[in-house]
Order: sequence, then C-alpha cells, then structure tokens
Amino acid sequence: MSTQPLPPSAVQTSPGLARTRHILGLVVTHGLLLTGAAFILLPFVWMLATSIKPPDEVFTATFSLWPKRFYGVENYSYALTAAPLLRFALNGAILCGGILIIQLLVAIPCAYALAKLRFPGRDVLFVLVLLGLAVPVQVPALPLYIGLANLGLLNTYFSMMVPFFLSVFAIFLLRQFFKSFPDDIIHAARLDGMSEFEIVWRVVTPSAWPAIAAFSVFSIVAHWNDLYWPLIVITDASLAPPPLGMMFFANAETGSNYGALTAAATILTAPLVITFLFARRQFIQGITMTGVK
Amino acid sequence: MAATAISSAEAGLPQGRANRQALVEKLVGMGFAFPAFLLLLVIIITPLIVLFYLSLTDYELGALDFRSVGLGNFQKAMSDPVFRRSLWNTVLYVSIVLPGAVGLGLLVAVLVHSRKRTRSFYEMIYFLPVTSTLIAMATVWQVLLHPRLGPINAFLRQIGIGEVAFLSDPSLALPTIAVIGIWQLVGFNMVLFLAGLSAIPKDLYEAAEIDGCANGIDRFLTITWPLLGPTTMFVIITTSITAFKVFDTVAVMTRGGPAGASEVLLYAVYLEGFQYFHTAYAAALTIIFLVFILIFSVIQTFVIDRRVHY
Amino acid sequence: MARVELRALAKSFGAVPVLSGIDLDIADGEFLTLIGPSGCGKSTLIRMIAGLEPQTSGSISIGGVSIDHLRPHERRVAMVFQSYALYPHMSVFSNIALPLTMQRLSLWERLPLIKLLSSRRRRVMPEIAREVRAIAEQLQIEHLLDRRPARLSGGQRQRVALGRAMVRHPDVFLMDEPLSNLDAKLRVHMRTELAELHQRLKTTFIYVTHDQVEAMTMSDRVAMMDAGRILQLGTPTELYERPINIKVASFIGSPAINLLKAKVGHDGYIELMDRRLTLQTPLEPGADVTLGIRPEAMFPASSEEIRTGRASLPASLRRKENLGSEFILHFDVAGPASVVARVPAGPVVQAVNGSVELSFDVAACHIFNEQGERIEPNPLDSCELSRPRTLVASGGGV
Repeated sequence: MSTQPLPPSAVQTSPGLARTRHILGLVVTHGLLLTGAAFILLPFVWMLATSIKPPDEVFTATFSLWPKRFYGVENYSYALTAAPLLRFALNGAILCGGILIIQLLVAIPCAYALAKLRFPGRDVLFVLVLLGLAVPVQVPALPLYIGLANLGLLNTYFSMMVPFFLSVFAIFLLRQFFKSFPDDIIHAARLDGMSEFEIVWRVVTPSAWPAIAAFSVFSIVAHWNDLYWPLIVITDASLAPPPLGMMFFANAETGSNYGALTAAATILTAPLVITFLFARRQFIQGITMTGVK
Repeated sequence: MAATAISSAEAGLPQGRANRQALVEKLVGMGFAFPAFLLLLVIIITPLIVLFYLSLTDYELGALDFRSVGLGNFQKAMSDPVFRRSLWNTVLYVSIVLPGAVGLGLLVAVLVHSRKRTRSFYEMIYFLPVTSTLIAMATVWQVLLHPRLGPINAFLRQIGIGEVAFLSDPSLALPTIAVIGIWQLVGFNMVLFLAGLSAIPKDLYEAAEIDGCANGIDRFLTITWPLLGPTTMFVIITTSITAFKVFDTVAVMTRGGPAGASEVLLYAVYLEGFQYFHTAYAAALTIIFLVFILIFSVIQTFVIDRRVHY
Repeated sequence: MARVELRALAKSFGAVPVLSGIDLDIADGEFLTLIGPSGCGKSTLIRMIAGLEPQTSGSISIGGVSIDHLRPHERRVAMVFQSYALYPHMSVFSNIALPLTMQRLSLWERLPLIKLLSSRRRRVMPEIAREVRAIAEQLQIEHLLDRRPARLSGGQRQRVALGRAMVRHPDVFLMDEPLSNLDAKLRVHMRTELAELHQRLKTTFIYVTHDQVEAMTMSDRVAMMDAGRILQLGTPTELYERPINIKVASFIGSPAINLLKAKVGHDGYIELMDRRLTLQTPLEPGADVTLGIRPEAMFPASSEEIRTGRASLPASLRRKENLGSEFILHFDVAGPASVVARVPAGPVVQAVNGSVELSFDVAACHIFNEQGERIEPNPLDSCELSRPRTLVASGGGV
C-alpha cells in the first residue's frame, strides 16, 4: 500500500548488468589477491629458483626461473658440507622440544592451581603473570646473560632454553581454558579417590588439548625462528639453532655464492614450512587462538 | 593444629573435614604453583631488579668495581645522537609498518573472507611468511634487492627506472626493511581479522542488503568496520609491539647501516650490551625500551577491558 | 498494488532440489503464512522473495512487475529476521533510520567525516528523524531510541526490527520466524500485535513459521509446505477441516489429530477395529485406509450419548492432563494404538476411569487412502440414516 514511486535503480538493473557487475567484482578481487600473493611468494620462488642455478646464471640477473644448467645438486651438497646445516636443524628441534616440554610441565599445574584451587598468594601470582605478559625476553636478557656468564653456562643448550622455561603466556591461556572446566567433574574425580596430581594430568589436561596444541604451535614457531637470544649466548656454531646458523653461514660465505646461500635458506626454512603445509588448519587456529587470546 | 587456625572461613561444614580439605587445597595449590613461581622469580623478577639497579651504575661486564651514577645513563642516552637516531628510526619503522600491515591485512581478510573455494589457497600463501624463518628469508630478500644481481633491479633497469640501491641508500634502507616487515606481518594480521570477520553474524549483512547497503563500500562502512572495531584495536596494538621489537632484519640485512640509517632501538641495545659491553648503559636503554612496550601493553589492557561487547 | 506472484519457482543447491514448482498468488494486503517442518524450504522461499537467494528457475513479480533481476533493496520489501539482525553498534534510532539514510543520501553524504560537509544531509536528516519518531511512537518504543540493541529485552528488539521494516513503507513485509526467539507468554502477546499491525497497515505480509498456532491465529491464508512443495493452500479453517493429506492433517492442530488404521469392508463401508462405520468410500473393498479424528471430536461416552451419526470404540484410560478449562485424555486402544481426546472439564471427565467407550462423530472423520491422500466419503442416502442398527458394528454392544 505504498504511494512512493519505485526507486530509479530498480529500473536500471538488468540481468546483463548484474552479471557484468558480478564478474567485474570477481576480477577485481582476484586481481588484488593474486598481486598480493605474488609479492608474498616472490622471495620463496626466487629462493628455490636461485638454489638450483649455477653461479654464472645467478650473476647474469635474468628473470628466468628454471636454470639452463641444473645446478641444484652442487649447490645443496656444497651448502650441506660447508656448514652443519642439519646440525642447525637438529639444534632447532632440541631447542623447541626442550622448551615446549618444560613450559607445559610448569604451566599446566600452575594454570590449574590458579583456575581451580584456593591457596595463599594466588592473586599475587596471577598479577605477576599478567605483568610478565608485558615483558619481552629482550628486557631480562642483560642480567640473565651476566648470570649465565658467571655460572660458566654460556654456549650450552641450557643457556639457550632457560629464559623460556616459564611461559606466562601459557599459564594465562591455560588458566582461561581451565576456568571453564566444570567443577562438578573435578569434585566427582575427588570423590572417586583421585589425587590432585591425577586430576590435573588425567582429567583436566586432556580436555585442554585444543589450547595446548595452539600454544605448542605458537611456541615452536617462535623459538625455531628466534635469533635475538641465541645470538647473545651462543658463539659455538655446533650449538646454533637455524636462524643463528643461517647468519653464521651467510657471514662465512664470501659474499655472493648465492646458489649455496639460498640452498641453505631453503634447507633451514623447509622443516617448519612443510609442517605448516601439512597442518595448515592447526597452525592457523593456533595463531588465531593465541593471537586473539 | 595448624588447621584450626585456617578453618574459620569454611564455617558450616563439619569442622574437621572442611579444615583438612582446605588445608590440602592450599598445600596442593602452592605445590603446583611453586615451580612457576620460582622460575618467575629467577627469569623475570630478579633480572628486572638487577636491571634497574645496573642502570643506575657504571658497571661494565667483567669490571671488578663500579659505582652509582644516579640517572647519568639516562641523561647520556637522551643526549646520545646514536641512541636518539635509533629511537627515531624505530618510530619511523613502526609508522610505516603499522598502517601497511594493518591496512593490507584487513583488505586481504575482507577479500579472502568472501571467497569460498579459493579461501584456503590464499590463506595458505599469505600465512607462509609467518611460519618461515625470518633470518633465512631476509637473506633471500638481500639477494632479491641486490643492486646488480637482484631480479628487482633487473626489472627496474628494464622498464627504464635504473638501479635503486634499496639497502645501501640511507634514505631507502629503513623503508625497505619496513616493507619486509609488512611482508611478514600481513598474513598474521589477516588471520586475526578473518577470525573477527567470521564472528559477525551473516544476518546483519542480509538485513543491510535489504535496507539498501548495495555495494561493498556501504556494507563495509555500515557493518564490517564498526563490528570489527575491537579486533582492529587489538591488531593495531600487537602490530605496534611487534614492529617496535624489530631486530632480525636489521641485524642480517644492514647491521644498522648505511651510516646508522637503519639503526633501531633493539639493535642499539644489543650493540651496547653484548658487543661493546657497556652493560650499565645498555641496562638504561633496555628500561627505555621496556617503558615503550609497557605503554603499548597498558593501552592493550585498557582496550581489551572495555572491549565493547555489543 | 502489491500483489505477489510466484511462477514455477524452483531452487536447487547443486544437485539437491530445495524447492520445486512453487506457484503462488498472494493478494494485495493479504497475510499469508508459509508453514511446514524445518527443512521444507519455507525459509528459502521467503529469502528468494527478498532477493537474498537467487532462484534456479521460475519468476517472482510484485505488483505485476517482475523483480527477478532486482537486488534486495530495490525490491521494495522489508524483512524481519528470526534473530532480528539489529545492528549491534547502532542505537535504536540509527537502526530504524538506516533504510531511509540509505535511500535518501548519496554515498558521499554517508561517508564518515565527509558527510558533515553536506548541506543537503542537514536538510534531510530532520525529515528522517521525524519519520523514525513517528514509527517509534506507533510501536511504543520512543523511550528506547537512544539505547543499543544489547540493552533491550526480546520483545523490545522485536519491535525495533519491526520499526526498521515499517519505516520504508515497503510493498511487502517478509517475516522469517520472527517470534521464535521470544518466551511463550510474549509470543502470544506479539501474535496479537502483529495481527493488529497488519490490519492497520493493510500491506501484504508473508510470514514463515513452524508453529501452527501462529499460522492459524494470524493468517488470511496458509500455505503448508513439505519437501520443497506446497501441499495445501487455503484459509486456516480449510486446512484444519479439510486437510488434503495426512501430512497436513497431522501438522495442523494441537494436540495432533488421531490417526487410526482401518479397512474398507466388502460392501464399501469402513471397518474400524471390526466395527462397521457409516462411512462409505469409492475405494476397493479390502483397501487399507487411515482415519483421522481430531481430539475434540472424541468423547468418553455414556450409553445415551451414542446417537445417530456417532460411533464408538473401546479404549482404556492411560493418563489425564488437567489444563483447567479442559482435559487432555490419553487412551490405549486396540491396535495397539494411542488416542487423545480433548474434553471440557466437568463431571463426565471426572468420572472417566479404566475402560470406556470413546464416542466420535462419524462425519468428523477424515479418510486417507494408502498414499495418505484425502478421500471424500460417498454421500449417505436417507434410507441408510433411517436404519440406526447399521450405525454401530455388529459386535459392538453398547
């Protein structure tokens, strides 16, 4: 029962126009996304391309991606023999594994206690945890370095891991998760005669699996790629994790053996990237959960 | 018995049992929290106290005696042209990375969100830099940007612009590193924005469509942008903090050069503390660094606390 | 005139058909309800009319003009969503005003900051404010205009959603289960309000619900849908009194209609539990049929009530539900089957206990064949009616 005239646009939209607009929208969207994707992929593609090129082709600086002469075997074997790249990767794995295990062993009971138990000092501890969230590792680095130097612990796996044994972030994240765990189940477990220790590890922890997985992704990505702290405490190349190893390798390589340099970069980037490609969902979920809190 | 002293809070329950349960809970709680507390003390709190103390002295690593200099280190920092430049460079870096990484992250997220079949394809590509080792990729960027051998300059030569010395031109070094910073952060921010976008009910877009929001700009301004507000604030803060901590790319690609044009705060702290061993001075610089980080964190806590739950 | 015509409308998601061959004429100013179980396609249909889902084939026109190629906002329809879909970051005022600002201001007059430069905007906005206030007054929500939706109750949100739809004076109101998020009491109240609103506005309403009470109480006509088709279209009374098949019969009415297995006897009369009823059908002798008897047509009988035109079956009481003014009685009958009767409160109900004869009006029986389709009984000749002994089956002593 309206007396208003139809809006002018009603007359203008024809089926052809609608389809044109739809297609135009798709072209613009994918155009923008693909341009961005090209920018993102550029270093990855160039890394792979250069790592299989012989030096003379690298120096001619052409755009060709595939080399005229396949030189991959030489580059990769040179990179592997010139520097202990696999050792760097192993160090990275030891570093990430050691840190993660201790982080979880420390954080899970603490998070449970903060979430579900009443004990003196709980609130103080939680405030300290919140404050700790704001302190990046670069801040206590100096005193920790002096302490480790005085104890003669520099250049050890331990020195590389110790600042990260406590993850206030893990405590914070898991506490949020445990808070929503039903009290009734804990009470039932107590009535069934379980000790608190068993409740933590056999009842509560399995329920927090998504949070633990998310945190693990976050922790591994962070420490595999961390340069700052290893750069400070490690001078022995045989202990270097991937980023530091890469730096050693780049410095040692006289300037422009780009084939070997990109081969090394490929080898050290590959483990995490390949894991990511296979467990993309978990990675992205992990970052979302830890990122948004 | 110790239990009797603690019991009064648990009035109402049979005295003995309630006391014992509360006591057990206290002991267990403290036991569970103890390792974390100990580590907190050793790794964060004690170092912080030592750091504050050191910043007020003239200690250098290995020195046998040292004395207090009050706020001397801070005064020195304020008048130190090297430090002031590194602070200014850091602010400049953040001011390039922040709009770039947040804006592009948002744009990519909005575009990707509307895709169905290609969504995971784009997600994967944009997220790739987040998982890859920045040091290795920085080395590759160095190759890409090489004045004579890099493909980017080869391309620029071909289209007639000529060589650009991205990393050795003092006016370009920092912006170039900032672009790499954006390259690394876009995917991360995209993922956060995507999470925010999927939390917006589809109904609202449909209602808006019926109400006359016909084009993308209207839909974005009416629904997406306002409802993404809390996510955006969060992304802005985390991006600021990450950008403020820039270190890896500078350490690998320019080492602060050329002529200090890309020297940033954390790199200055690293040099003073672990290369020149001006420990006390580095402690003061670290505290200045911490103050900036804390400002961001306070804003973050403030924003998250009053995050609007519509 | 806002006559809505749907012609051969179909929709499929990939190979899965959701709607097929929908033909529907909705008169100007009519209140038409689409009802059906979830997944029957009723929401898809209304969303297609709104333009939110493209149809696979067929056409939609409003007021004789095809709207197939129009985008949602060009169709002059308004929609109230099940979740209300209020913009959470906007005040009630801005929520209601949005359709008008979209209509009357150009893009740059709506852009943040830049909009402040527009003088036309300064002229248009007071107009819009006046109209929003007028609508708010009608809905009695003037005092809420500054609030955000989060601070409103369910009923208030409902009204804001209505206001946002009304403010544009659309040709057609589309409502997708608008009351299903309200509590029972408020739902009854809003039902009345919606019906009154329709009377006042005299606009076409297309209303989707799965609640048959809403359909029965508000609509001019009801379209019962199932599996992507319209099973029956008619007034609420028609659907209730002459359901076209078992699905319609059992969906409409609460408590649900009683369905009893029966057979066609050798002489064409229907036999229920070995008792012969005065219902003759054109069906072959021996065919299976289903009898549908509404609960209110059932009555626990004392002997004097078995009169002409009624039949009865033996039953034993399982449970009584006291609704105050009436009772719902649950019986077990041979079969075994369960039968529900709705009986006004009174001494008769109080007395019911154990085994009884359940009496029902034979004329109120709905007959459905093996395919579940409605079968009309043959008209009874007068001589049949005059022979009372045939009314009750031979074995059934009263």
